[in-house]
Amino acid sequence: MATPGRALPQPTPETQHFWDGTKVNELLLQRCDECSKVYFPPRPFCPVCASRNVSVTKASGKAKLYSYVIHHRPAPGFTPPYAIAVVELDEGPRMMTNIVECPQTPEALVLDMPVEVVFEPQTDTITLPVFRPAKG
Amino acid sequence: MPHNTVAVVGAAETTRLGVIPELSQLGLHADAALNAMAECGLKPKDIDGIATAGETPVQLAHYLGITPTWVDGTSVGGCSFMIHVRHAAAAIQAGLAKTILITHGESGKSRVGNPMRSIHPQSLNGQFEQPFGPMGPPSMFTIPVLRYMKTYGVTVEQIAQVAVVQREWAAMNPRATFRTPITTEDVLNSRMIAYPFRLLMCCLVTDGGGALILTSVERAKDFPTKPVYILGTGESAETPMVSQMEDFTSSRAFRVAGPTAFKEAGITHKDVDHLMIYDAFAHLPVYGLEDLGFLPKGEAAGFIAARNTAPGGSLPMNTNGGGLSYMHSGMYGMYALQESVRQMRGVAPAQIPGAKISVCHGVGGMFAASGTIIFSNQAP
Repeated sequence: MATPGRALPQPTPETQHFWDGTKVNELLLQRCDECSKVYFPPRPFCPVCASRNVSVTKASGKAKLYSYVIHHRPAPGFTPPYAIAVVELDEGPRMMTNIVECPQTPEALVLDMPVEVVFEPQTDTITLPVFRPAKG
Repeated sequence: MPHNTVAVVGAAETTRLGVIPELSQLGLHADAALNAMAECGLKPKDIDGIATAGETPVQLAHYLGITPTWVDGTSVGGCSFMIHVRHAAAAIQAGLAKTILITHGESGKSRVGNPMRSIHPQSLNGQFEQPFGPMGPPSMFTIPVLRYMKTYGVTVEQIAQVAVVQREWAAMNPRATFRTPITTEDVLNSRMIAYPFRLLMCCLVTDGGGALILTSVERAKDFPTKPVYILGTGESAETPMVSQMEDFTSSRAFRVAGPTAFKEAGITHKDVDHLMIYDAFAHLPVYGLEDLGFLPKGEAAGFIAARNTAPGGSLPMNTNGGGLSYMHSGMYGMYALQESVRQMRGVAPAQIPGAKISVCHGVGGMFAASGTIIFSNQAP
């Protein structure tokens, strides 16, 4: 669901593939072809071994809730209180996101609970990856 | 860097702290710089090195009438000034400058000559954090804490004690913004900002500034002020994105900067009489005490709650009241340094009797960078 007023990313050449991916409901990470490190955010080289031989890889979209705050102050594009969360993907990297389809309360937002990616189109070019409690 | 060859000979804050709408940010830098220069009897022609953050060193050199042979514009957030001290000490040892001025000024409250910074939507932060609704430090610096609390079984009541204890220190400080004692209940009943953080666990927003003047230990003998010697220094950086910290229960930048400074100083934790740990939010002293090696992981909140860092405790910490109660203009590191210098000079409002070694630890950004300075008042 698009939320007017929300800050939106402007892709750069090094990140365009990620935002092209979310547009077609794919969460794309990168993997080093030499040391196998899977990493995020996107860059055209491995942050561990500096190799430029890296590949784009599709993530499972499965993650666990790693940490969060519940913001109680007004923010453009959001209705407080809302959680600003970090999830840890099954592939290893962590990313900031929001948790949707879930009450924004400490009781409902339990650390380490399994979550799964869903994609929220914001504009014709930008779709944001957010997460919801895993189903089944 | 060999230790104990450089000293602080000038240290001053702005004439007033708090709400200062009659001065721009640049004016706050200058007010503090003039106070520090007057204290040690220097004129602009006597300064040959300038370091600052927030404004550029070019701006300050021109505004104050300084012709530098050395400039440093390291700007990595609130610990920039710790890092300036480190770089300045190295520069003086290397002969790049003899007398270095470090300035800070910030119109954090009145916002005169201090435009709001925006995060560019093409930056990594702009692409991968801002779309999810963080609204500045209260909603970002705080994100790792629930993971810390779960990992070590620490409660919000314990973290709230940081604010309670620091208010006790502030009560002794006539220049502190908030001096009225508070209880744990006051903290836990204050307005929710970003769960689990309530208002009294977050720093103030004020106007102010500070300046330091450094020279060699040999030249320090010719100054009218009591020299404060630099025993050890450290710095590091981790990530501009809090979501990308390696470990949400610990700062890698702290774990590099702190031990580097201790090793250089050649001291152990038992030697430390006084401690400043930059407290933009109540969890920072908890992370700092552990990452600097004062306590095992998970024990710092209990250590603070047991009053070890309170007045009369074994490890007096944030004795000016800290960013939570003294003042916080945005880049608080300069005020932590000023309190360490006051303690080493023996002139702090809440003076620790007989204190000989002070550790001053800063953070920049949201766990993005770090700087640690170890001071002593004992001549080498």
